[in-house]
Amino acid sequence: MDGFERVLTRNVGIPNSETIAVYLDRGGYTALRKALQMSPDELIGMVKDSGLRGRGGAGFPAGLKWGFMPKGTMTKYMCVNTDEGEPGTFKDRLLVEHDPHSIIEGVIIAAYAVGASRAFVYIRGEFFLGVKRWIKAIDNAYAHGFLGKDILGSGFDLDVSVHRGAGAYICGEETALINSLEGKRGEPRIKPPYPAQTGFWNQPTLVHNVETLANIPHIVNRGSSWFKSIGTEQSTGPKLFSISGHVRRPGNYELPLGTPLSSIIYDCAEGMRGDRPLKAVIPGGASTPMLLADQVDIPMDFESLIQAGSMLGTGAIMVLEEGTCMIEVARRLMSFFAHESCGKCTPCRVGTLRLEEILARIVEGEGNPADIGLMEGICTGIDGNTLCPMGDAAVNPIRSSLQHFRDEYEYHIEHKQCKEA
Amino acid sequence: MEVTSRVLDPAKQARLLTALYIAQEQYGYLTPDSLKRVAERLDLPDAVVYGTASFYTLFRTRPVGHYVIQVCTGLSCYLAGGAERLVEYLERKLNVNAGDTTSDGLFTLQTVQCLAACGNAPAMRVNDELYDDLTIEKVDMLIDQLRERAERWMALRES
Repeated sequence: MDGFERVLTRNVGIPNSETIAVYLDRGGYTALRKALQMSPDELIGMVKDSGLRGRGGAGFPAGLKWGFMPKGTMTKYMCVNTDEGEPGTFKDRLLVEHDPHSIIEGVIIAAYAVGASRAFVYIRGEFFLGVKRWIKAIDNAYAHGFLGKDILGSGFDLDVSVHRGAGAYICGEETALINSLEGKRGEPRIKPPYPAQTGFWNQPTLVHNVETLANIPHIVNRGSSWFKSIGTEQSTGPKLFSISGHVRRPGNYELPLGTPLSSIIYDCAEGMRGDRPLKAVIPGGASTPMLLADQVDIPMDFESLIQAGSMLGTGAIMVLEEGTCMIEVARRLMSFFAHESCGKCTPCRVGTLRLEEILARIVEGEGNPADIGLMEGICTGIDGNTLCPMGDAAVNPIRSSLQHFRDEYEYHIEHKQCKEA
Repeated sequence: MEVTSRVLDPAKQARLLTALYIAQEQYGYLTPDSLKRVAERLDLPDAVVYGTASFYTLFRTRPVGHYVIQVCTGLSCYLAGGAERLVEYLERKLNVNAGDTTSDGLFTLQTVQCLAACGNAPAMRVNDELYDDLTIEKVDMLIDQLRERAERWMALRES
């Protein structure tokens, strides 16, 4: 994108960008000094006014979340969600590995605003380099007086520690994350109560994705009006888009929210990798409904994607070319959800497994005509009938694929082979 | 029969995942004995410890090889067109089925779902290290290196 100034990834690509020396050299921790001069209410107002919405998938307004945290002197906690695991998404790993201090600065400011005295970084167990970078960055932040007692003479105390997950996608869901942090099975809790009232050890807890937090220092430094000048009216600010699949240059691209999908595919990722035209796009990670080739001009923001029947999710774009077997795609996504279902709610636990089995038998040429209706029935049985959004997430890709590519399913079942083969 | 309910110490329970990681390092997997010791040290019922350990895929309750290879077979790695060939190639090269361990105990081959490396697909992990933008040639070289390293290490241990 011409003229767009990278904000979240401004340090990515600079040698040793993960070190505190480089971060300080690039103006790091100035927002923290500024924030500590402000009152918590001023900060909450500023983030509310910026329109920043969560970047972890659900898109909940960050300022509202801060506002939900009770005032008062009870112990409050904060969780930093680095449990990135949605297929297609690889943006948080980039931030943690290349610019951990921008996240830490956001953590300290957020903790100060809501009055949390302890923050837990929950990181996916597979991210070994990320764990190392997080720990080193936190140690260095302590050494510089940005963490610990009486931060920069403000009287505000904050301790941060790193906790490794152990291979469970569901722990990216905030209440499952909290259970896991408490040393339990990572099963989601019934909501309400929300973590802002009853979170870690039943105390008020603020949970944020790392990309959300990385925006905070910039909002504090440059103001909410500046932030709102990026993106659209309801989807403000910059966003990291991870693009993968059948494109020439897959990778992470930082762009304003509202950037047309076609521009990300054709300008950033340099278009399709082969001669085949585009067939479909999964716009926001494995749990978002597919878009078709004639929808690629859509602006990538929260409201436009909802309007088109999909979701922005994590902003993870997966591009599929003509010739791709949509049943195989659905089967792969379903294998993921079947494996990652935590097992607490029956519709999700059993439903995802049955869907995976049916899709597998269609792929293998053993499907029967009743399978399509059967799958639709199972989807209805899961959708809206689970405690956490994972049930709906599992249903999204298969429903949209059944809706858009029903003929392929029918052909596959009747001819016992792929229409695209 | 007297039924007693145990009150768990939240501070001790919060250490459970870390304790399981430490215990797993001892033998490469969680033996029944090490699970018991974790339960004793944290004052938790055996069932809570086992129930938690078995929930998470990175905790293993069966022995694995010296190197655990996890090949991503998620959607992006499939689309990139290499994941399947990699798994097949490794099965042939190591003479082992996905999910199993080679007879010399060196390699365990697993398929996993998404390693958040979709931009550099196909990708795999060997123990804690991530390898991406993989080709058959790269994997070939890596396996030979790992085997050599392990053999040197074993020779050293015997001498």
